[in-house]
Amino acid sequence: MTKPLPLPAKKDPQKRATMPTLPPTKRSRAALGLGIAAARGQFALQHCADCGAVQYPPRDACCKCLSVTLDWRATDPAARVMAQTTIRVSPDPYFRERLPWRMGSVQLAAGPVVVCHLHGEVARGDAVRMAMKLDRAGQGVMVALPLKGSEITQDDPMLRSMSCDPKHRRVLITDARSPLTRPLAEALLRAGATTVFLGEPESWRRWEDRAALAAMENVVLMQLDVTDTASVALLAAEIGGKVDILINTAQFIRPGGVLGGDTVFARDGLETNVLGLMRLAQRFGPAMCARTADGINAAVAWVNVLSVQALAPDTGYGGFAATQAAARSISQTIRGEFSTSGLRVMNVYTGPVDDDWHQPLPPPKVSPSALARAVIQGLVNGLEEVACGDIAVDALDRWQSNPALWERETRGGQS
Amino acid sequence: MKRHGYDGVVLTAPVSVPYVRYSNETAHWWIARALREMLAQADIAPRELDGFSVSSFSLFPDTPVGLTQHLGLCPRWLDTVPTGGASGVIALRRAARAVQSGDVDVVACVAGDANRIDSFRTLLSGFSRFSMDATFPYGFGGPNASFALLMDAYIAEYGATREDFGKIAVAQRANALRYPAALMKTPLTLAQYLDARMIADPIALFDCVMPCAGSEGFLVMREDEAQQRGLPFARVSGTIERHNAFADDPIQLRGGWVMDIDELYGMAGHGPEAIDLLQTYDDYPVISMMQFEDLGFCAKGDGAAFVRDHNLTITGDFPHNTSGGQLSVGQAGAAGGYLGLVEAIRQVTGQAGGTQVADARRAMVSGFGMINYDRGVCSAAAIIEGLGA
Repeated sequence: MTKPLPLPAKKDPQKRATMPTLPPTKRSRAALGLGIAAARGQFALQHCADCGAVQYPPRDACCKCLSVTLDWRATDPAARVMAQTTIRVSPDPYFRERLPWRMGSVQLAAGPVVVCHLHGEVARGDAVRMAMKLDRAGQGVMVALPLKGSEITQDDPMLRSMSCDPKHRRVLITDARSPLTRPLAEALLRAGATTVFLGEPESWRRWEDRAALAAMENVVLMQLDVTDTASVALLAAEIGGKVDILINTAQFIRPGGVLGGDTVFARDGLETNVLGLMRLAQRFGPAMCARTADGINAAVAWVNVLSVQALAPDTGYGGFAATQAAARSISQTIRGEFSTSGLRVMNVYTGPVDDDWHQPLPPPKVSPSALARAVIQGLVNGLEEVACGDIAVDALDRWQSNPALWERETRGGQS
Repeated sequence: MKRHGYDGVVLTAPVSVPYVRYSNETAHWWIARALREMLAQADIAPRELDGFSVSSFSLFPDTPVGLTQHLGLCPRWLDTVPTGGASGVIALRRAARAVQSGDVDVVACVAGDANRIDSFRTLLSGFSRFSMDATFPYGFGGPNASFALLMDAYIAEYGATREDFGKIAVAQRANALRYPAALMKTPLTLAQYLDARMIADPIALFDCVMPCAGSEGFLVMREDEAQQRGLPFARVSGTIERHNAFADDPIQLRGGWVMDIDELYGMAGHGPEAIDLLQTYDDYPVISMMQFEDLGFCAKGDGAAFVRDHNLTITGDFPHNTSGGQLSVGQAGAAGGYLGLVEAIRQVTGQAGGTQVADARRAMVSGFGMINYDRGVCSAAAIIEGLGA
């Protein structure tokens, strides 16, 4: 039932690009919980702490026993479609551009009735798998997906609008020299990206992987130094209008705590990891934000690869950890600034990568190819927050449940 | 405890201010027009009115409190009824008890809403918390999409066809041609109904009401007071009201009437066979069909067969929505919850003019309100009688 997504035609510059619009943005405070789950690819609903009743839509009090203690918990996503419709008329500008639009009513195995987006491969009576997705407004919404979808399930226009799928899109990876870049470029091309631009800093310096990368089909090396405002501006002027996904892999890392650390290294770290991100956002952000409704290869996502030390430092990497915390803060600001356009900011938190700079640390470490897989999966699923590797998954989990406790644990001292 | 009857309380001075598709006038303006006409009929000065009940979606930032000062009223009893399509019957219930107990002598019940260009979209956006959180982000189809889901499930469950729903809409249009204030003034054929473009499948164009501006109202007072003032009046033989019924039904195939209908007929002392005409809440034909079942005119699931077996026009064997209903008159916000009741008062008091049903003595009026999330939450019904009953 899903039609394969056609390769977009070359853009006609005479034609007006569709202005970005957003689906309804306003939510109650309780309903923001859907977005928290959707941002991480989880399916969670409020469960009453006293009687166990599962609630939907999100509430402030239990509809069975009036308890006000409602906890968001992982919930069985099994459901059945009870009714369906195809909306052909809507007063809302976002949906008007995307009609007809299918929606339906499903009953969850967990109890509640959910009005949701319907994937093209599901219909009334079908058993479905529910998922929480971020829509273009960045709000958590429910979608009904086929239990066993076709090979092009992901091409469904509704699902495509929720996801940041690299298929048919052009991607800029900001640092060609990063050990992450090659597996990432390969994974993106496998996932259907049409072009991968690689930013090459200090192109006069020879480096090992260059020839191999330059020889790859649909990979283009471009000069880019994120510590140089003019260089960022120059590249943005050249390809800013055709970057659909930007993945910032530029990272300056040196070990050392605060006492033993070198402030010159710390400054270099801030220059690349924090100010570099700001420069990229200032130059590429507006161009991408203007193109979020630009057809099949509209701009969709901004990806930051961050160390999980952004959330709490490893004392062996104090200066670097500070840059990651600052970069995370910048990412939250641009997430807010991009939100009116629907451009998604995805942060991929990684544990220590298996590279030269993390050599003294014990395993588990994250292999560059595992990180590439996490980035692709996060884009396909349209996530905002991704943890890659056992350490990052564990850290994000503990940080989410109790940041104060986690800080004490990372500082040491527990038995 | 057995419920008391509404002895000694009557409904009078039915007023419908003709609707307008778009109007720059405010809810205050529309409500004032209805109120002025009602009070003029009863020869009551605005400052003398001692009870006021208001239903409106578009008074913001005012409430009926602001209206008292705005309109120069000095009531000793003030009510606001926020139940949308069920507001007429529910306002009646509240007012009747207040009059009966002597808390107030006369209550003016009024519903009115503005409809500026784009105000329907704005109204929808802030309609309810659940719709903001859990329906409008899903295609923003508004009530059309919500009722499409109910209609889709109803058809799948009971096998009703589009022809059956079309027969309801076509009959109402025939009725509306005799009601000068109806916004729809051209005949509608079943073929036109069936050929209409889809809005939200299976809801097509003629399944939908047209949002508009307008107001409706009536007075509630003691019977002796109405007689003194020489006003034709209707008595109230029973009423019911229910909210959030059958919350565990996964989809709404029945409304709250089912819980209370026996009590309604028990109060009235007769069954559905004694009803001369029925005014259902008809924001979509499927809801009217559901009311035929839930109000006891046929068994659950037999609504389509009931429609096939009856003529629903003014001169038919089952006069239904005699002024054309919201489908043909228009939906003036909360006034949509008054339309059927005001028309029913005219009918049983012999004042319906072109839409008068011959020998109309007893009418049932049913209200249905507020798609808060996935279904209509409020249901209500009343049986009223003219002197001939």
